[in-house]
Amino acid sequence: MSAGRLRRILVLHLAIVGALFAVQFFLPDYHHTNVARILVLATFAIGYNLLFGYTGLMSLGHAMFFAAGMYACGLCIYYFNVGAPGGFALGVVAGGTLAAVFGLVALRTSGVSFLIVTMMFGQACYLTLLYFNEITLGDQGFTLSSNLDALHRAGAGLAYSDPDVKYNAAWLVFTGAFLVSALIAASPIGRVLIAVRGNEERTRLLGYNTFAYKWLALCLSGAIAGAAGAAYAVLFSYVGASFASILYSIYPLLWTLLGGAGTTLGPLLGTGIMFYLIDITSGWTNAYLFVVGGSLLALVLWFPQGVMGAVRARWARWLP
Amino acid sequence: MSFGPHLFLAVLEGTVTAFVLALTALGLSLVFGVMRIVNVAHGEFFMLGAVLAWYCSTLISGSPLLGFALALVVAPLLVGALALLTDWSVLKRVDYNPESTIVATIGLLYIVQQLVLTVFGPEARPVAAPVYFRVSFPWFGYSGYKLIVAGLSASLLLATWYALSRTRLGLYMRATQQDYEIAQAFGVPVRNVYATVFALGAMLAAVAGVLIVPVQQAHYLMGLDPLLLSFIVVIIGGLGSLKGTVVAAFVIGLSDGIVSVFFSPTLAKILATLLVAAVLVVRPGGLFGDNRA
Amino acid sequence: MTALLATDGLSKRFGGLLAVDGVCFEVPAGQIRAVIGPNGAGKTTLMGLISGRLTPSAGHILFNGRDVTRQRAWDRARSGIVYTFQVTSVFPELSCYENVALAAQRQLTRGMFGQLILDEKRLGGRVREALRQVGLVDVETQVASALPYGHQRLLEVAMSLALEPRLLILDEPTQGLANAEIDTLCAHVREIAARITVVIIEHNMPVVLDLADWITVMERGAVLAEGPPAQIAGDPDVQRAYLGT
Repeated sequence: MSAGRLRRILVLHLAIVGALFAVQFFLPDYHHTNVARILVLATFAIGYNLLFGYTGLMSLGHAMFFAAGMYACGLCIYYFNVGAPGGFALGVVAGGTLAAVFGLVALRTSGVSFLIVTMMFGQACYLTLLYFNEITLGDQGFTLSSNLDALHRAGAGLAYSDPDVKYNAAWLVFTGAFLVSALIAASPIGRVLIAVRGNEERTRLLGYNTFAYKWLALCLSGAIAGAAGAAYAVLFSYVGASFASILYSIYPLLWTLLGGAGTTLGPLLGTGIMFYLIDITSGWTNAYLFVVGGSLLALVLWFPQGVMGAVRARWARWLP
Repeated sequence: MSFGPHLFLAVLEGTVTAFVLALTALGLSLVFGVMRIVNVAHGEFFMLGAVLAWYCSTLISGSPLLGFALALVVAPLLVGALALLTDWSVLKRVDYNPESTIVATIGLLYIVQQLVLTVFGPEARPVAAPVYFRVSFPWFGYSGYKLIVAGLSASLLLATWYALSRTRLGLYMRATQQDYEIAQAFGVPVRNVYATVFALGAMLAAVAGVLIVPVQQAHYLMGLDPLLLSFIVVIIGGLGSLKGTVVAAFVIGLSDGIVSVFFSPTLAKILATLLVAAVLVVRPGGLFGDNRA
Repeated sequence: MTALLATDGLSKRFGGLLAVDGVCFEVPAGQIRAVIGPNGAGKTTLMGLISGRLTPSAGHILFNGRDVTRQRAWDRARSGIVYTFQVTSVFPELSCYENVALAAQRQLTRGMFGQLILDEKRLGGRVREALRQVGLVDVETQVASALPYGHQRLLEVAMSLALEPRLLILDEPTQGLANAEIDTLCAHVREIAARITVVIIEHNMPVVLDLADWITVMERGAVLAEGPPAQIAGDPDVQRAYLGT
């Protein structure tokens, strides 16, 4: 990759991060909260995109990593008052560790089998959360506000319910994941991941232990999803088993496909568009998931590249 | 109730589950075996069968038996038609690409589910059993209808087996499953076989839905459990194999029945999922015996 | 001279079919070795075993005096056994540069994370060197799928060269090429063979007789005959089994 291309990529990504920071001063209250939420969910999508978009492994169980982060963070704050930063760190570790262990089993399969295995494990995690309801408070869910407020009153940091804190914390988490994903995508490692997506056997004969690369992608993906889950728990102060349900495995797939799989900007764009689509639709009808189904079908039939995929193919081949 | 009768009840429940599950999973298995695609909307076909059975029962309110008979005809026909429409308007257009098909059928899943939510509503609705009698055992009485469900499922499985092994369609299907290109070269109308198999798989699920609804109530979210259980069965039983599907359905159905009765249904499902993991570790070549993506 | 590559009683069974049957195959360093034989003789399977794509049912493979039978495909590629596919398998959506870079960066880095500190300038030098050897420098920014078929085959060879092979296995490199393209390819192969040992599977007899120092004839999974081109061309057994006379 030429140095010129690298510089362009760097400038573009920093500009986007900067713009996202700047818009908080102009957004009306309602959208201010929405964008904070989108940033956290887009982080989840970024993790998903590393595995699906770049490495070509489609997962239907990513909610388990999001939930692992959310619960590791939420439960430790709830029971042990570890505080938000500690909870967040635990969430990242939980998502990454679950992915690491899961990968050792699941990556023994490929293609459609991998997909089904991820779906089964995702469901098993969801059911496990419900089964240990007494500990996880899974079916009701719980809020963290009292724990975090107590910490705040004790002078240990910031109030996470404050909109500005919320936005900037979400922005920080997003920025971290976004830059990591761009770094990976533009690096030689990204090149190998893309090669695995294209033709795994060929990549192996080029001297790469493709299992290790797929495992790396899965671990990173799980850790980023865990970070998103933990951030969600802290910033929106709610932890519930519904975030482990299959719908939350399908959302990141949809967001990534819509924005453009295998592009660094796609996850953010897809999450944003879909968030507002659902937001608007749910104002009219309780069958708002119709939008999810319709979009998936439409994307497969007419727009498989997604927004950024089309942009890259037409105007900007240098985009990572 | 002491342990023995309790176990007997569990086995009985498990057997009924197993038969219905075998029917549902067989549909999924045939579609995967012949077409090499995974239909994630399979559970929704099951749900549609149940919901249509409810509509049939309200249509003929006097006699549950007539309503049931009507549902057994109408539900598979309508669901089969929907499957044909899906095949023609979606699957054919993405050229049966495995990943696109999965994404498309997830889309279909939500579209069907949300349509049912809009039209049928969010509540669970009971359907009266077509016949009501109790078989009395020394320790407890058992719903006679459940035994009829098992019997009907068994005869449908036999009929499917007959169709697969003795008819031209079955021959075409086996040829296509073996090698798509060679089958085509020998004049098998592969595209028509695909459409037929997809419709047939959906119809099997719909019939299973009709059979189960007097036991379970019709609800727009009822499709997820049979879908996941069918996946488990197909993984353990092997692709497109009728015998494997039935055997695996019994393993899962019985263990599900026993664990559900003695512990909890949730635990039963967690265990079934872990069983799949075990199968994978032993047979890393893939759930379906080969690594074709 | 000790052999660079030696197989000993190498066999591969697929179900009931013995595709490679106790083959002892030795290639000394510096040679261009052609492997010929009718379709289904087991040539590609033998090369699959040597490159590590397939695991043998029995037998051993020695490379440079070391037993590599148990070595995984990626490690073998690292230690110098490089296989180019019979069916072109470049990465169609990547540019020529990226295709070759994939191969080159593997030789320049140690381990997965070493790639994060890879020197792109050094990499670029290697990539262009490999592209130059097959005459594709001018098209480095083009997407591989946009290249004509003959150029895709050359790109494939460039990828193999960038891996810095000690043993380069070319599986039917001239298949599907026009005559002019075949001449170009042969010239490149000869140039490569000055530094690298080459095993070439080929159906095109003029190419074989022109390039090879030594020929191995395979039939039904076993070695039927071996010898210099002149001898093989005149061998009545070979003519019956392969040349179809």
